Amino acid sequence: MEKRVTFDEKTLPYLLVLPQIVITLVFFFWPSAQMIWQSMLLEDAFGGNTRFVWFENFAHLFQDPAYYRSAAITAVFSGAVAVLGLALSLLLAVMADRVIKGATAYKAFLVWPYAVAPAVVGVLWGFLFNPSVGIVAWALRNLFGYEFNYVLNGGQALVLVVFAAVWSQISYNFLFFLAGLQSIPRSLIEAAAIDGAGPGRRFWTIIFPLLSPTGFFLLVVNVIYAFFGTFGVVDALTKGGPAKATEILVFKVYNDGFRGQDLGGSAAQSAILMAIVILLTVVQFRFIERKVHY
Amino acid sequence: MVENRPWLTAFSHLVVILGVLIIAFPVWMTFVASTHDASTMLRSPVPLLPGPYLIQNYKEILFQGYARTSGIPLTIALMNSMIMALGICIGKILISITAAFAIVYFRFPFRMAAFWAIFVTLMLPVEVRIVPTYGVVAGLGMINSYSGLIIPLIASATATFLFRQFFLSVPDELAEASRVDGAGPMRFFVDILLPMSRTTIAALFVIQFIYGWNQYLWPLLVTNHESFYTAVMVVARQATAVDATPSWNLIMAAAMLAMLPPVLVVVFMQRQFVRGLVETEK
Repeated sequence: MEKRVTFDEKTLPYLLVLPQIVITLVFFFWPSAQMIWQSMLLEDAFGGNTRFVWFENFAHLFQDPAYYRSAAITAVFSGAVAVLGLALSLLLAVMADRVIKGATAYKAFLVWPYAVAPAVVGVLWGFLFNPSVGIVAWALRNLFGYEFNYVLNGGQALVLVVFAAVWSQISYNFLFFLAGLQSIPRSLIEAAAIDGAGPGRRFWTIIFPLLSPTGFFLLVVNVIYAFFGTFGVVDALTKGGPAKATEILVFKVYNDGFRGQDLGGSAAQSAILMAIVILLTVVQFRFIERKVHY
Repeated sequence: MVENRPWLTAFSHLVVILGVLIIAFPVWMTFVASTHDASTMLRSPVPLLPGPYLIQNYKEILFQGYARTSGIPLTIALMNSMIMALGICIGKILISITAAFAIVYFRFPFRMAAFWAIFVTLMLPVEVRIVPTYGVVAGLGMINSYSGLIIPLIASATATFLFRQFFLSVPDELAEASRVDGAGPMRFFVDILLPMSRTTIAALFVIQFIYGWNQYLWPLLVTNHESFYTAVMVVARQATAVDATPSWNLIMAAAMLAMLPPVLVVVFMQRQFVRGLVETEK
């Protein structure tokens, strides 16, 4: 879409876009180009010699079991965050949508977790499950006889990171599902009810299919969130531990680049992550184009 | 309601209320922890109801800080967070609205190039270019400065698109009429477009304030001096400091204070918040 009426100025439009473009070039394009360049450089341990090695860093990465482990952890983590987050928020949204009275009040009680910083969310959940003073860890031990210690047990640490990440994203999913539910024409549901379909049947044959575009959109957003938005949760909760059991890919980039000083390897990992984010963004935008015609 | 099923309705209420309670529980425990003294919070099981030390704890963390990690008052970190959040918020809105104005209301060479350059930033989140971006910021001497905390984060594809979308929906007659009346483009922008964009600006303000306040990775990279730490950073540092006897009462008071401003913004500007959230995803 284009405007028919425009202004004729030679320099003004450049001045207007300039700040945005300068920041984009200096802080986005230039570092990204450097990152790709760096991913093909090999620096020896003392930082003295730098050699151009083409794709050797990538080759190393694809032979490194630690990288595959991190990738597998990321896959499990983002899958769990997306599925659990979508299922819980869909349940809440459907239930809130059923009760016309109070739906707005419930909304107010469900949206605010969005405003809590992921790193603070990590701190909150770490406190609840703290092995020595956490109330939930205490209850699990004394009421159910289950020992929960995320500081020592890698599997439990991953579960806890998933819980915290889901908590942080649930209000976002809830709002989109609720908006999706409220845009379904009441007449469709009434017609089904007159034909004798009960609430369960109406949900699976009418509401669920009509919600699928929203669900698919949220799936992509949640995967992007689990990949990139959860750094704060992981850093404040487990720092990737214990024994790298919660080291998702983003955290590994940070760890290898800043703590390990393996610049080439970290840059190669970044390049792969960038490819993933480009792919996901393209999927997201293709989908939104379709949503318009739905 | 399509039909009357009192049991199902009651069940729905029950599920949602249960959800609300479970979601609120971590924050309730945080609040409770911030109202007891340190020794109570080291004895498991910790209390489930608030204690009498609320004012004392908050006073201590605000004006003296958490002695075990750094001991700088949290007021400084809160102020840093506020400066960063407002800087990012205002900066993003300013440079996005002008860029969108240029792209929509002018025809100039490289117009589409500018548009795509801004679009591509969506695909380059800071998480994937951590090390080189740090290098650029360090090279510019922006480590430990407000400009380093703010400026690299204010480019915004979503805000630019949102304004572009809105400007495209503004009737052409308005621009035509102001041109007939002899108003230049900046006059049209300031007197007509800006006032019309109020609701869009408000929605973006809420979303970007939360975004700016909650930044974690970026301040972690570009600050290494306590006087520039943000509140979120301080909370995470305090909670993860290795310590046999942590003062959970103070750590949790800091956590409460670090989440209060964005939560208040969401609660009191809920309409703008929901609008901003839904619109920026278009």
